[in-house]
Amino acid sequence: MIMQNSVDTIIELKNICKAYDDKTVVNNASLKIKRGEFVTLLGPSGCGKTTTLRMIAGFEMPTSGKIIFNGEDITNTPPHLRSVNTVFQKYALFPHLNVFNNIAFGLKLKTIPNGTKVNRKGETIQLFRKYTKAEIKEKVDNALKMVDLEDYGHRNVASLSGGQQQRVAIARALVNEPEVLLLDEPLGALDLKMRKDMQLELMDMHKRLGITFIYVTHDQEEALTMSDKIVVMRLGEIQQIATPEKVYDEPANAFVADFIGESTILSGVMLADYKVEFCDTVFECVDKGFKPNEPIDIIIRPEDLKILDKDNARSLISAEVISSVFKGDHYQVTVIAGGNELVAHDTETYDVGETVGLYIKPFDLHIMHKTRIINEIDTYVTGENLVEICGTDFECITDLPVGTPVKVYVDFDDVEITDDQSDGTIGANVLSSIYKGNYYQAILSTDDHYNFFADTDYEWLKGDRVGINIAPDKIIVEKRDEEESAAENTSENVVADETLEEYDRYKEEELLTSEEIAHLEADDNIANTLTPDSVDITSEKEDTQE
Amino acid sequence: MKAKSARKPFRLTKKAFGVPYILFLLLFVVIPLVLILVNAFLDSDNNLTLANFKIFFTSSSSLTVLGNSLLVGVITTLICIIIGYPVAYILSKMSSGKILVLLYVIPMGVNFLIRTLATKAIFIAMDIELGMGTVIFGMVYNYLPFMIMPLHTTLSSIDKSYMEAAQDLGADKATVFFKTTLPLSVSGVISGVTMVFIPTISTYAISQLLSNGKIFLFGDSIQLSFEQGMYGVGSIMSIVMLVFVLISNFIMNRFNRQGNSVRRSLW
Repeated sequence: MIMQNSVDTIIELKNICKAYDDKTVVNNASLKIKRGEFVTLLGPSGCGKTTTLRMIAGFEMPTSGKIIFNGEDITNTPPHLRSVNTVFQKYALFPHLNVFNNIAFGLKLKTIPNGTKVNRKGETIQLFRKYTKAEIKEKVDNALKMVDLEDYGHRNVASLSGGQQQRVAIARALVNEPEVLLLDEPLGALDLKMRKDMQLELMDMHKRLGITFIYVTHDQEEALTMSDKIVVMRLGEIQQIATPEKVYDEPANAFVADFIGESTILSGVMLADYKVEFCDTVFECVDKGFKPNEPIDIIIRPEDLKILDKDNARSLISAEVISSVFKGDHYQVTVIAGGNELVAHDTETYDVGETVGLYIKPFDLHIMHKTRIINEIDTYVTGENLVEICGTDFECITDLPVGTPVKVYVDFDDVEITDDQSDGTIGANVLSSIYKGNYYQAILSTDDHYNFFADTDYEWLKGDRVGINIAPDKIIVEKRDEEESAAENTSENVVADETLEEYDRYKEEELLTSEEIAHLEADDNIANTLTPDSVDITSEKEDTQE
Repeated sequence: MKAKSARKPFRLTKKAFGVPYILFLLLFVVIPLVLILVNAFLDSDNNLTLANFKIFFTSSSSLTVLGNSLLVGVITTLICIIIGYPVAYILSKMSSGKILVLLYVIPMGVNFLIRTLATKAIFIAMDIELGMGTVIFGMVYNYLPFMIMPLHTTLSSIDKSYMEAAQDLGADKATVFFKTTLPLSVSGVISGVTMVFIPTISTYAISQLLSNGKIFLFGDSIQLSFEQGMYGVGSIMSIVMLVFVLISNFIMNRFNRQGNSVRRSLW
């Protein structure tokens, strides 16, 4: 089993982390790529997908973790010794060479085995030679033919169109017969029509050559069209590894659902196995294994939501149409049901204000754990009725003495976002804002890298700088037993990480006694021992989809 | 009335800002050039003659001086490339490279005569005999920044992805340098050569000062001719110098166009 695994897997990333100075770009990414697969790294800009690709190519060294290629550890191998070739985002064709010499660049450097000879000591020595001119010409001509540029060998690269440069870049990489081809948003600079053509050509090439393609894109449609396997990334972390169908139909979390395809995301409660409540109605579903009354997210794809007459017996819930927009091959109908907005695609249009019935198959209700149900921060009481949150003292109501370690809870509803950073007690950047039927759930990253979840009525623009306020009576302060919190950390890696960040912060400020430091360092170890667990999770994810 | 309306009223257009410069060019470049040309064909009594040409082209000493000047120019340029290229290369790799380049340029703010005199004083204090070696040292010292600046600009503007692409295609560090960095920086080398070679062949004073008058370069002999009132011969020499400057400029431009399709500005 293990043997077969190592033959099938061409590249394996093991707990790869990459940080520049203090900023983590890739966090604990583990991934197995099979020989001959077309794998796409998909995510919004800044999610670490390009950095991951560059680490595979060898241009960046991971801060920690391992890269295994064909069973060999290549983490510290320089790029020119790796059997991978890259198609760069802006092609990076050498301007001082013509098309032919650009493609021949790699071949001229390559040495190939050329028989063996026995030396005086009787040892057999492998001999190498360079390609001959004729061999290079033949290979380059074949590569040019493959990308339909037969007569362009003598041309200057600057005289080629974007699409032609793209083809030369692909030919230049493929002519070296790499085992893995890395493509860094190769179609980003092309116009739509050209992009569609190149997508098909790349897929065709992948099929013909049978080598592994690793493709980076932020275009979800491109990823869904081309890949055998999609790796969805966000903020340096892998969210889901699955086939395009699975990523679309069974997104691992609200982020994946929101990023890939259109969807309605609602908050609901799992009443019992196969029973979920949202929009003030109890629905049947196919999921089980949740805690009773656990708050969950529900994802509904617009094409799965059927609109019926209000009197139809199959109707599960009645709704009011608030808009109907023609989209070419369908109408996008927005309805309100039980105070929540839902989007459906239908071939017919409906009048605004019309009452309709809605039906959805139990199978099409995608239910997911919430990433978090309350903001929870481990901190200390810093003054009379003051706790420190993300580097700033917040007023609260507590009778605990100064210096007491505490856990602070803030409900999503109670995080107030202000337009102007200076109006808030602390500043933060909006990481995302997801519509959940009747409110937006925003994730705000403070300068301490703590992520606040906030439920608001308004949509906040991603990347905006905002302020955060919390009313004193909304901050729930609980005395924290250090032993207990350490024990809790073993159960949840994320919390452990947050504790570590906090530890660093406190160590800097020299607020901790040596005893406390020793204690938190123990947490550190726990976090380290946790990592193999997370590997299992990813590989499990992978296994289930195959 | 009619005449007035026909006259264009004066308006401050972009062209107006060019007028002072054009006047300056006329007064200090075009007119002197014409004077030199005219002088070349006049003898001391202002008669039309070709004798000046004969004097210059038949005197072995003036041709030796010309040869010496070209030799000093070539040697200085080569030394500047050998020293300047690695410096510019290292600086282009450093994040603080721009500031360090300034450190190379700031001494240029001091007048070259003062610097050369200071260099001379140092040589004398160190008991080093003044001669060809010290002249070339002075030349390199004076013109090195003109080599480093364009090289640094070119080297630091080369897209890093070219080096990555070369590495990706199997090139080790040395090959990356010789197959991408070096060819891509040819335009910078040419800018540097132009900015070092042309001034060195025409410079004066540096050679005189740093060799105690032993080594006489072309610039010095032009100066001497005019000082001695030999306007005709001096003019001929100036014209010869101009021809050399034009030729080298022409060669550099040709070279630049062939070597690199992406043309970069001098600085």
